[in-house]
Amino acid sequence: MSQMKPVLEMQDLSVTLPSGLDRTHAVEDVSLTIRRGEILCVVGESGSGKSVTASVVMGLLPRNSLNVAKGTVMLEGEDITSAPEQRMDQLRGNRMAMIFQEPLTALNPVMALGRQIAEVLVLHKPGLGKAAIRSRVLELMADVHLPAPEEMYHRYPHQISGGQRQRVMIAMALAMEPALIIADEPTTALDVTTQAQILKLFRELLTKHDSAVMLITHDFGVVAEIADQVLVMRRGKLVESGTAQDVLQSPRHDYTKELIAAVPRLRYLPQLAEREPVLKAENVSLTYRQSSWLGKTTEVHAVQDVSFTLAPGETLGIVGESGSGKSTLARMVVGFEKPDRGRILFEGQDMPGLTPARLRQMRHRIQMIFQDPYSSLNPRRRVGQSMIEGPVRMGKSNAEAHRCACELLELVGLQPSAVDRFPHEFSGGQRQRICIARALALEPDVIVADEAVSALDVTVQAQVLDLFEKLRTELGFAMLFITHDLRVASNICNRVAVMSKGRIVEQGELKRVFENPENEYTRKLLAAMPGVSEM
Amino acid sequence: MLRLVALRILSSVPVMFIVAVIVFGLLRLSPGDPAVILAGDSATPEAIAALRQQLGLDQPLPIQFVTWLSGVVTGDFGQSILSRMPVLSLIFDRLEATLVLAVSAIIITVLIAVPLGAIAAWRHNSWIDRAVMALSVAGFSVPAFVIGYLLMLFFSVKWELLPVQGYVSPFADPGAAVRHLILPSVTLALVFMALIARVTRSSLLEVLNQDFVRTARAKGNSQRRVLWRHALPNAAVPIITVIGIGIAMLISGVVVTESVFNIPGIGRLTIDAILARDYPVVQGLMLFFALIYVGVNLLIDIAYIIVDPRIRY
Repeated sequence: MSQMKPVLEMQDLSVTLPSGLDRTHAVEDVSLTIRRGEILCVVGESGSGKSVTASVVMGLLPRNSLNVAKGTVMLEGEDITSAPEQRMDQLRGNRMAMIFQEPLTALNPVMALGRQIAEVLVLHKPGLGKAAIRSRVLELMADVHLPAPEEMYHRYPHQISGGQRQRVMIAMALAMEPALIIADEPTTALDVTTQAQILKLFRELLTKHDSAVMLITHDFGVVAEIADQVLVMRRGKLVESGTAQDVLQSPRHDYTKELIAAVPRLRYLPQLAEREPVLKAENVSLTYRQSSWLGKTTEVHAVQDVSFTLAPGETLGIVGESGSGKSTLARMVVGFEKPDRGRILFEGQDMPGLTPARLRQMRHRIQMIFQDPYSSLNPRRRVGQSMIEGPVRMGKSNAEAHRCACELLELVGLQPSAVDRFPHEFSGGQRQRICIARALALEPDVIVADEAVSALDVTVQAQVLDLFEKLRTELGFAMLFITHDLRVASNICNRVAVMSKGRIVEQGELKRVFENPENEYTRKLLAAMPGVSEM
Repeated sequence: MLRLVALRILSSVPVMFIVAVIVFGLLRLSPGDPAVILAGDSATPEAIAALRQQLGLDQPLPIQFVTWLSGVVTGDFGQSILSRMPVLSLIFDRLEATLVLAVSAIIITVLIAVPLGAIAAWRHNSWIDRAVMALSVAGFSVPAFVIGYLLMLFFSVKWELLPVQGYVSPFADPGAAVRHLILPSVTLALVFMALIARVTRSSLLEVLNQDFVRTARAKGNSQRRVLWRHALPNAAVPIITVIGIGIAMLISGVVVTESVFNIPGIGRLTIDAILARDYPVVQGLMLFFALIYVGVNLLIDIAYIIVDPRIRY
């Protein structure tokens, strides 16, 4: 396909950063070419300049802080490096479109979904009648496999799932059949099956609409799955580029090798010997009821009839798609929600049945680590303050708690001096280490980790997983590890429970479940893992 | 939604009762006696006592309260001590002027302050932004009567563009009514405008940094369209909240503005009634204001539901 004419050509692009940062350029001397029918994957960790590169093409660099210093960008032969805003408004959404990373926040929350897609047509095909626009929008919604388009048309973003929102974004991007689609980490926040469907969709659309795709990702699993060409970036510079096959099979640069090695591979930990469980869930169910406008009540069966046991020192993985009830289950285990039916036994005591006073005494023994290390630490409190608050409440002296905090920080691989610093001074991976140390400060018997590594870059993810493993052998806590990523689960769990639509459909030893899945849904999840077969 | 309305109307009953108790108590605690004022300087103590008896003011306070409240429940707000007119008809006679003034002030405010705040946010840190902010500080700080007299001095006295004072009903002579309304409604609106321009600006600044604004740009929306079609509807909830609070401020503003511009509205009625210790009229007016306040809050809650599909009660 390389004989086809290029859709996008970028020559020696440099973008300057405001002064006073650790480097002078966000992007330095980057050149790339994408042809029709091709998917170019731009790979790199956060801060590598890959998103800035995409913003330059779209002409959406944040005003006043980043500036194009040199280089040219040609879209279908037209130099758009310094095209006037009006021309860019004509091209954006029309000849080039962008799909953003955050499906949860990238849609206008107060505009109906159908209207958001229709807007692209209103802007770029002014002559089109209302009925024609509507039927085209419905067609697009069907193209991206959104269920019940007629009904979906009038719904709002908060009423649909993350995966569905991402499909709405894609429908918007496809509306004008643009020559170039830029997708910035379109699948990172999505669960495996949705991710696989969306990647398949890209391929399908590429052939159908004869366009080109620039896909930004940090996951070499995704690259192996879909890329024709690969470009690796690090700290704003181009490290390596070539065909996907060449780069994956014989990476020349050390950094590329590191990235490829960091993709979690399947690895099976042994099942532990049978022991008296520390945590036991018996037929737990929770139904959310929501009443709307005219008092109509809808019921969501978030968790239904779930049972599991967790032995001391063991890690049980809970895997499943978004909306499968994993997080609700976690919230019940730590006591944020009460189950409608069933019991959650901690050392033989029914937790939801305890008096508030007794519960307060137990609570510290089950600790939670959250997905987003950026928002789960109080930004105005020093790390030390966040860490000693719990232990001091549980009766430790200030000095003692402080000493423990320093030790724990060292244990998770940070400097003890971190106690006096604020969360914003740390990177995402470091913050997640702080969150782990904070949870450990209460000397818990059980840790519930809800998507604790999902927001991290692959290399950082690997480090944090290693840390979990090390801490578990040293401290011996049991862990409920919730994740949508089966590759991650295989690296840390002894046993795994697969959840779908609020129920556990299969559970057992990891190796058995992964190699001989008994349930249809488990097979589907396993088949959807990106890049496992190719790498 | 219907449940919300029903619930609100029900919950306004205790609110109104508490307002009634407080107003009644405050008035009786304040110095001054309507009988003395009514009887005049030369009245004998006997004449004053007779007047008190006639007005029912010699009764113990709880009895006076119950008598008044049982009237209110049946829709009888009593008679003015001063003019002997029923309180309700006094209020309704003056209502038109005040409503016309208040509504035009709100319209002026929304039409000017929201776009001004939006432009300030869009051109963040530019001279327009700074000018809008400086003006809003000024508008907020200068009292309404100062602004009223200044406007009057220039527009009416020096340049003779607009009438000085008075009120003409828009149902009688629309042209004259508009000319008479311009200065008072601008005076009344100024504080309000300052507040709403600021809130619009800060609310929009927050929204403009959100991801969906970037999405809207990526679709090919012009900056202007993004501002009006995408950002503003998302910034609407805080703006509506402040408009609601502002209507309460308007009630106090009306009192001053009507005095300055000699408009026969409820504000003037309130001042006159308070000065004369005309208890039934003051009590009736306060209940009326409380009712308006409850009603406005209900409207605001309904407006939330309309502008933001995520809000449900």
